[in-house]
Amino acid sequence: MKRRWNSPGWAGFAITLAAILSYFLIFYRYPVTRDVPWVTYVLFAPAVALLVVSVRRAYEQPEQYKGKISGPILSTISIALMGLFCYMVLVLTKDVPAAANALQAGQQAPDFTLNDASGRPVALADILHKNRAAVLVFYRGYW
Amino acid sequence: MRGIEKRLQEFHARGVEVVAISTDKCEDSKKLCQSQGYTFPFLSDAKADVIRRFGVLHARAGMEDQDIARPAEFLVDASGKIRWVNLTGDIRVRARPQMILDAIDAAMPSAGG
Repeated sequence: MKRRWNSPGWAGFAITLAAILSYFLIFYRYPVTRDVPWVTYVLFAPAVALLVVSVRRAYEQPEQYKGKISGPILSTISIALMGLFCYMVLVLTKDVPAAANALQAGQQAPDFTLNDASGRPVALADILHKNRAAVLVFYRGYW
Repeated sequence: MRGIEKRLQEFHARGVEVVAISTDKCEDSKKLCQSQGYTFPFLSDAKADVIRRFGVLHARAGMEDQDIARPAEFLVDASGKIRWVNLTGDIRVRARPQMILDAIDAAMPSAGG
């Protein structure tokens, strides 16, 4: 009897990839799905279930299903990717130094002049002169 | 940034200008603003002088091991006094626009709202 293709393993692997890629391509744009990547976690659940099904099928019904080799390989890669993703989200991005020297509320902000995107100098004092306040947003930059 | 741009009118309605600061070069900021449609000023602090003075340097955290800014938001009033600060413990987690607007309303309420 011809053994059947063990599709759940591939589906689980595909969902794992989709879950991680969609975080960076789509869900990273929105704070609700970025700060705590719950959509990604939710997608991981069926992926794990499918991978478990595929490996069990391959080993418990080897006469019916293929996948004794591909199942464990796909599972290992998928679990490793999920682990990497969780490591990034739970450890790497939290690796920010303690901002012990950061200026605090109540302190005077130092004036500065920096060039804007067009190369024109912009002074904080000027902005404060024209407005009631300014929000300074420091960001890491897009390399 | 995207969220701030979307609600920029609400900042301006409160008489508040938003200014982004990073170590990116002017040309890079220009590309970013053009591709993302940002209309508030993006300032280039290539040597991280201002970033250092505000105490938000993240040493050697850039792609080429260079010093960059850690994400942070400061609300500065017209007298130059800092009224509110947000320092994140996770570079993915930034102050949401609503959080900044609430901080503005709490720290310096205006008659017009």
